[in-house]
Amino acid sequence: MKLRLPFAPLVALRFLREGRMQTLLILAGTTGGVAVIVFLTQLITQLQAQIVDRVLGSQAHVVIRPAEEANRRAIDEAGFASIIEPRAQRLRSIDQWENIARLAADMPGVTAVSPVVTGPAFAVRGQASKSVALMGVDAERYRRIVRMEEYMVAGRFAVDGTRAVIGSELAKDLGIRMDDKLRVALPNGRDELLQVGGIFDIGNKDLNRRWIFVTLPLAQSLLDLPGGVSNLDLTVADIFEAQPVADRLRGATSLTVESWMQTNAQLLAALRNQSVSNNLIRSFVVIIVALGIASVLVVSVVQKQKEIGILRAMGASRGMILQVFLIQGAVVGAVGSILGSALAFTLLNVFSAIYRNADGQPLFAAELEPRFIAMAAVVATAVGLLSALIPARRAARMDPVQAIRS
Amino acid sequence: MTTPVIELAGLTKAYNLGTPVETEVLHGIDLSLAEGEFAALIGPSGSGKSTLLNIIGLLERPTGGRLSIGGRDTASLSEAEITQLRGRSIGFVFQFHHLLPAFTALENVMMPTIIARGRADDEAEATALELLDAVGLKAHALKKPAALSGGQQQRVAIARALALRPRLILADEPTGNLDTHTADDIFALLREFNRQSSCACLIVTHDPRLAARCDRIVRLVDGRIADDRPAST
Repeated sequence: MKLRLPFAPLVALRFLREGRMQTLLILAGTTGGVAVIVFLTQLITQLQAQIVDRVLGSQAHVVIRPAEEANRRAIDEAGFASIIEPRAQRLRSIDQWENIARLAADMPGVTAVSPVVTGPAFAVRGQASKSVALMGVDAERYRRIVRMEEYMVAGRFAVDGTRAVIGSELAKDLGIRMDDKLRVALPNGRDELLQVGGIFDIGNKDLNRRWIFVTLPLAQSLLDLPGGVSNLDLTVADIFEAQPVADRLRGATSLTVESWMQTNAQLLAALRNQSVSNNLIRSFVVIIVALGIASVLVVSVVQKQKEIGILRAMGASRGMILQVFLIQGAVVGAVGSILGSALAFTLLNVFSAIYRNADGQPLFAAELEPRFIAMAAVVATAVGLLSALIPARRAARMDPVQAIRS
Repeated sequence: MTTPVIELAGLTKAYNLGTPVETEVLHGIDLSLAEGEFAALIGPSGSGKSTLLNIIGLLERPTGGRLSIGGRDTASLSEAEITQLRGRSIGFVFQFHHLLPAFTALENVMMPTIIARGRADDEAEATALELLDAVGLKAHALKKPAALSGGQQQRVAIARALALRPRLILADEPTGNLDTHTADDIFALLREFNRQSSCACLIVTHDPRLAARCDRIVRLVDGRIADDRPAST
């Protein structure tokens, strides 16, 4: 059985094949354009995801804290001159934090809640003392906020009794190894002797120097917050939904609720700027490709004048001629998107082999997400179709008599 | 008497209508062609032969008067209906073969059917092969027009004009571009199809020798029919 194409695609494909050089050139242009867009989109998406991933590697997506204390004037009348000194923020517990934690856990989009007690302390060993942040956590629950087990260089991420987990920098500074003893002293005069049960390297020197994880009850008693927690750390399913989740929680609890997007506003602004410039480049490339397709088809319509006239004389309607040229545009776009995606994949492979991080790892993975290929196919075909519109209408309006005579 | 294949009454055609350079090229043409008639349209160049042929072929619209094809008045037809009527009931043979260079001889002959039916089918291909056989080109069916001689190209064009078995064949100097011998062949071919299928033929020609071999000679001078007589006298 022979493949018999309907009239419009049959003639469109034959015209494309006949116009060899033109077709090749415009296909090359479309392929290049698609490759640039796909390559750039994949690269930026990956790099942005990596940056966000790295930032969120040591942060909760959303943090709930007690409302800040503020002074209120008992008498608020005009004419009273008063100077109000801002209140110092003391360490306080979230009121009824178990209820708040339950409320947060039930909120759609929230996947984990972990209570944390944190406050300042000194780690002391021999003559050396370092300022640290004491973190009272339930290791099991905290693991779902920060994937601590992935960062452990010695021991396990588990706390009980006086067993603690400290960072690699602190261990180095104080000359501590696994199972060594370490004293923490607090500003309120309390102190405790801890045993190191694990050492982590979270990839951030500052945090490696500051964090000491102990059990929740131990931190509560050392920091004078019996039964209380200083903040609740949350993980959300979709990291870019952290802000709405935080807003809803703030509305429901009237506590201080901050998402990572607020804490890292500058980073987000930088990512957004990158996306804007990426969009700008993509738009320009689309326009240039569209102009290229349109101009080649305009020339083709003029060249095919006679053929158009013959087809019209044989009973082809204006609509059929219109279709012939629209299909040519769409085919150029569709084929260009396939070739362009293949080229982008090659580029990704080449560049990921060339550009490497300081640790020798590739800067980005040489993979192409199917959704970007699908996006390229849809956009390129649509652009091809739209850019063929003007030439196609011109072809359809052509007077058959004029066309045959010329 | 059966309805004529074409009937023109008081047909006029003017260009640049409503402008200072308005020119009327056809001034009231009355003409009718019966089924199976084989007529020559002759006249000096500039007499309006091609314009008349284009109007009868529904490629151009007349300015005034009436044109009926197969008893159907064309004035009230829409652009789409005109196109369809042209495709299904009129076969064109042009002076220059006007084949589509991107398609083989066979595909060129199938093209009117593809246009009329939306796509090719086995029957269209069989018919096209028969027609190519009839014009003696079955062996060249898969060649592109560029690989054929002038006479062969014109034969393919004739086969194409006959593809949908039209009731009317319009030929604009079909042999004008060929040597005498080949011209005779092509003419004989048209004549033969005219006898077989009893379609009406109107042939524009400059060649008095060929015109004499038609049934009827219509002579156009300055946009008017100067005389219209049987060829034998």
